[in-house]
Amino acid sequence: MATVQDIEIRDSAARAAQAADELQDSVGEKMVLNMGPSHPATHGVLRIVLELDGEIITKADPDVGYLHRGDEKIAENMTYTQFIPYTDRLDYLAPLANNVAYALAVEKLLGIEKDLPPRCQYIRVMCAELARISAHLLGLGAFAMDLGAVTVFLLTFTEREKIYNLAEAISGARLTTSYTRIGGVMRDLPPTWLEQCEQFCDEFIPALNEVEVLLTRNRIWVDRVRNLAVISKADAIDYGLSGPNLRGSGIEWDLRKNQPYLCYPDLEFDIPTGSVGDCYDRYLVRMEEMRQSVRILRQCIQKIPGGADNKTREPVNVTDGKVFLPPKEKVMSKMEELIHQFILVTQGMNCPPGEIYFGHENPKGELGFYLNSRGGGTPYRMKIRSPSFVNLSIIPKIFPGCLISDTVAILGSLDFVMGECDR
Amino acid sequence: MTALELAKKLKVKFGDLLSEPAEFRGEITLGIADAEQVAEVCRYARNDLDFNYLVDISSVDNYGEDPRWTIVYHLRGLTHGNELRLKTNVSEEKSELPTVTTVWKTANWHEREIYDMMGIRFRGHPDLRRILMWEGYPYFPLRKDFPLAGKPSELPGVAFTKPAPLEGGPFVTAPGGKDAIEREPRVRTPEG
Repeated sequence: MATVQDIEIRDSAARAAQAADELQDSVGEKMVLNMGPSHPATHGVLRIVLELDGEIITKADPDVGYLHRGDEKIAENMTYTQFIPYTDRLDYLAPLANNVAYALAVEKLLGIEKDLPPRCQYIRVMCAELARISAHLLGLGAFAMDLGAVTVFLLTFTEREKIYNLAEAISGARLTTSYTRIGGVMRDLPPTWLEQCEQFCDEFIPALNEVEVLLTRNRIWVDRVRNLAVISKADAIDYGLSGPNLRGSGIEWDLRKNQPYLCYPDLEFDIPTGSVGDCYDRYLVRMEEMRQSVRILRQCIQKIPGGADNKTREPVNVTDGKVFLPPKEKVMSKMEELIHQFILVTQGMNCPPGEIYFGHENPKGELGFYLNSRGGGTPYRMKIRSPSFVNLSIIPKIFPGCLISDTVAILGSLDFVMGECDR
Repeated sequence: MTALELAKKLKVKFGDLLSEPAEFRGEITLGIADAEQVAEVCRYARNDLDFNYLVDISSVDNYGEDPRWTIVYHLRGLTHGNELRLKTNVSEEKSELPTVTTVWKTANWHEREIYDMMGIRFRGHPDLRRILMWEGYPYFPLRKDFPLAGKPSELPGVAFTKPAPLEGGPFVTAPGGKDAIEREPRVRTPEG
C-alpha cells in the first residue's frame, strides 16, 4: 500500500533563490532554473540552482553531497589496509591513481616512503599515468559529447577499454582495482604486461591524433570553448584550483615536479600550461598531459628494474614484516612471520602518533590525505582533500555572465567526478 | 628559504601567540594559542610570507578532552614551494572561530564542510550552510559520539535508520576506542 508524505522544502538554496525571485519580480524578470542532480552534463549528481535573466546566468549556486557516503567516518573505524578498496570509489575514473596516493600517504606516516623498492616505484608510476590517461579520456569524451561531438566519445572509449584490460591484467579487476598495499603492491606485473603496455602506447598516439584532428581546429568546437569561463591566475590560486584547471590558467605547478615522489625525478616530462585560462586552454592542457603520460610510460618500460619477466627477482614490496604481509610459505613454517601476519591482519600496522599531509598529482588535481594518528592500526582522523570538491567551488565565480548553453561546456572543461567530491 | 625559516619569521612576528615550530616527517607545524587570532596570522602568512595557496582545512574531534576541537590549516606558497601547517584549538562551549574566507576564497567550502560535519561555526563566513548533508539534518556526523551506523532522522529512508549490518560483528573495529586494543574486535567481550 502506498502512502503519500508531504515533505517541507528544506533546501535553502532553492528557498533563497525563490525569495530573491519574488523580491526582484517588481524590477525585472528573473527566472530560477534547477539543473540536476540528474542531468547528463553534470557527470554524476551535481545540482546547480541557476538564476537567469533571459538566457544569461546571473547567479549560480552549486549543491553537492548527493553521493556522500561518509568515507572519512568509515576510515576512522578500520585499519589502514582495509581502507584501500574505499579509495577505488573516490575518483572512480582513475582508481589506480587513488590507490597509489593513499598508499603513499600512509607510507609517509610510517616513514618508509624512501624504502620502497625501485621496481615498486616504477610500477606505481605506470599505474598513476595509465589512470591519468584513462581519466582524461573520459573527461574529454564526455566534454565533447556534451557539445555534440559524439564521435570523440566513441574513440576515447575504445582506448579506455584497453586501459581497463591492462588494469585487469595486473589486479584482476577492471574498475575496483585496489592494487597497492601499504609498503608495496598486491603482486608483481604479469610477464607479458610491459609488452601489452607498449602496444597500448603505440596504438594510443594515433587515436589521440585523430581526436586532435577532430577537435583542436574544429570551428564549431573552438567557437564554443574559446574565451569561455576565463579563470585568471589570481583567481585560480585564490580558489585553490589544482591539476589541469590550475595549469590551464598558466600556473606551472605540478606535484610530480614541484614536490617529487616515487621515481618521478628520474623521468623526463614536461608540464603543459595554458595562457588564457579559458575552457579551450584546459582542453589543450589535458591533451598534452596525455602525450606526456605516454612519454613517461615509455621511459618506465625501458628503465624498470628487472624488466618484463623480473628474472633478477627484484622485490616489489618492503621487507619489514611489521608493515607488509610476509610471504605465505614463511608464514606457514616460521614463528616470527606467523606472528607478523596475525598482528597485521587483526590489528593493522602500528603507526606512530603524529600527523601528516600527502598530496598526490591525480588526474583531476591534487588528491590529498591528512592523516592524524594516535598510534595503532587505525587513523584517529582522516581528511580527504578531494580536487573535484575544491575545483567546483569556483562555479559561483565563473558562471555569472555566461549563457545557459555554456554551462555544459564549462562543466565539461572543469572535469570533476562526484564520487570524489562528495566522498 | 625553507619552511622552517618561514615558520620562525611568523613566530618572531606573533611571539607567544604561536608555539615553537614542530617537525614531523619533514612537515612544520605551528600551534596558534588563541583561535580568535587565526585570521590575522593567516593574513600575515599570505601577504608577507607569500603563502598564497590554501591547500586544505580539516578539523579533529578530540572527544573526551578539553578543548574538544582542533582546526588544521594547510598553507602552501606556490612561488617558494614551501608548506606550513597551522593548528588551533576551540572549546566545545564556544565552537566558534573567525573565518579565513577573507584571506583565501577557497576557505569558503572547506569551512562549510567543517560546520556540516563537526558543527563548528565560522564567524563572518558569508554563507555558512550545510554542504554535504541536507539542510535541516539534525546531527554532525563526523563527531566521535555520532555512531558509525547513523541515527534516525526526519526523512526515513534517506539516511541510515538501522544499524549497519556488520556493526558489532566479530571483524569490525569499534569506533571511539582510545587505542588499538580497545578497538580491536577480538579482544572485545561480545555485548548482549
